[in-house]
Amino acid sequence: MKKLILSVLLLNLLAACGSNPPKEEAMAPATSAAVSEAPAAAAAADATAVDAQAAVDAQAAADAQAAADAKAALMEKNSVYFPFDVDAVQDADRETIMNHAEYLASHPDAKVRVEGNADERGSSEYNLGLGQRRAKNTKRALVLGGASDSQIETVSYGEEKPRCSEHNEACWSQNRRADINYSAQ
Amino acid sequence: MRRWILLYLMILSAPVHAVLNIEITGAGEHQTPVSLVRFAGDAAIAQSLLALVGSDLARTGLFKLIDPAGKSPHEPRDIRPAEWLGVEAVLIGSIQSQSEGKISVEFRLFDLVRNAELMSQVVTAKEDQVRAIGHRIADLVYERLTGSPGVFSTRIAYVSRDEGVYRLVVADSDGDNEQALLTSREPIMSPAWSPDGRQIAYVSFEKRRAMVYVQSLTTRQRKLIADFPGSNSAPAWSPDGMQIAMVLTRDDASQIYLANSNGSHLRRITHSDAIDTEPSFSPDGKSLLFTSDRGGSPQIYRVSIDSRDVERLTFESGNAFSPRFHPDGNSFVFAHFNEGIFHIAVHDMESRQTQILTAGGWEKKPSFAPNGKMILFATEVQGRGILATVSSDGRVKQKMVAQRGDIREPMWGPFLK
Repeated sequence: MKKLILSVLLLNLLAACGSNPPKEEAMAPATSAAVSEAPAAAAAADATAVDAQAAVDAQAAADAQAAADAKAALMEKNSVYFPFDVDAVQDADRETIMNHAEYLASHPDAKVRVEGNADERGSSEYNLGLGQRRAKNTKRALVLGGASDSQIETVSYGEEKPRCSEHNEACWSQNRRADINYSAQ
Repeated sequence: MRRWILLYLMILSAPVHAVLNIEITGAGEHQTPVSLVRFAGDAAIAQSLLALVGSDLARTGLFKLIDPAGKSPHEPRDIRPAEWLGVEAVLIGSIQSQSEGKISVEFRLFDLVRNAELMSQVVTAKEDQVRAIGHRIADLVYERLTGSPGVFSTRIAYVSRDEGVYRLVVADSDGDNEQALLTSREPIMSPAWSPDGRQIAYVSFEKRRAMVYVQSLTTRQRKLIADFPGSNSAPAWSPDGMQIAMVLTRDDASQIYLANSNGSHLRRITHSDAIDTEPSFSPDGKSLLFTSDRGGSPQIYRVSIDSRDVERLTFESGNAFSPRFHPDGNSFVFAHFNEGIFHIAVHDMESRQTQILTAGGWEKKPSFAPNGKMILFATEVQGRGILATVSSDGRVKQKMVAQRGDIREPMWGPFLK
């Protein structure tokens, strides 16, 4: 996922370079011979400008689309999961953390709420504490990955908002998680 | 001995109305045979009182209710002990209507073994307070026959969850007469009674994270007392009602703090990098029990409020949560999680022995009745949270199954003063 996002960004950069009109054209010397040809040249220049503008617009749209796609891809994986009674972020979720950390680093205005959760095998108050620690450790990992402290709020729902409510490991494993939720801007 | 008692009732919002099905198993080591005679006077009220007092006494498992078999004395002089063989005590009484919709109920408890009157009292209340009168009579009968005050007039609080709606509910100790104190779309946790029974502190997520509120049961007014960054939770009142212990994550992991009951004068009590939570005041107000995973797994600890010295109390295999002191301060009840199930257990601090009281299941959040004789906790039937009780000796168990909703976080209230 990380590679995919990087290559999308690279393509955008290359495309942006290619669409810049060559500077020589814009700085063509105004000779007398050229004057008579000026209207044609001007028309050609206009056409170039129009083409350039269209290219810029298309690029902006493509960029916006790419950004939306990138964010959608990011949001598809916004949970990190924990073993029973453990609050340390797991290696399996490193990529998810790095993707969000990079997004936050490159979008300083973006803000997230990291919401910690726990399965039901504890008291509700203990689980509130456990969810808070999971949220805090997820925040720490995001900050280490480049996000800024002020972009991230941590809260806990403990065992109060289970994603799944049966008494089995398949359910519990879904409930032991921290969600990285982006705030509306 | 005659006393007049005016019943004090709390004013709450519209009742929730739920039908409870109560299932009792087990019996006390000794069951006192008692006969309840339907009182003279208004037949409908007499029948309600008879049913209420009977079910209150029966639920304790300490009494064997003997049918009076047609005998209906209303005065001590009408009682012929020879006709009551095998019965130790008989309750008689009469109901008089008074002005302004009030009734007065005079009742006497007669000891058939010693041929003596144990109690004679009059209760006056409004006609619609028949339940309160019945609980009061049951309290006094229980006290005369067991030596401990009855808890039938006390109230309980819990959280019900039904189709995404959370309610903080206050009910009679038999689970009936439910009234919602707060209704919310976000979770509610950890109700805690003030020692005078007039206020409840609780945790509400209505502002999208855990904050501690204190609400009056009489005026329904409430006050936000802790909204620090992170989680604010686990409120517990000091025995004098002046202070509230709670758990905050504002400085670090979950740590225990003490504040005045309005939230002012905050100071930190525990200092660890672990989860320290679920404080419960000792009856003398000098120490707190709490749950902590500072030793690697959640166990019960005690901290002295003056010295801040911490002592570990449980060394069980598995985990220990949610400690609550017995009213005598010598033992505590907690939820023990081991090999995948929760049990309700009592730990005696003198002998350092732990006794498991229940068969096990999703049993959580135990609290003692104010007389220390029963424990209220949350359990589950067919995937739904329900209320349950167990006697402190583990012999008598009771499940209270409501028709709908998921019940959690029960807490037994104090004696009403």
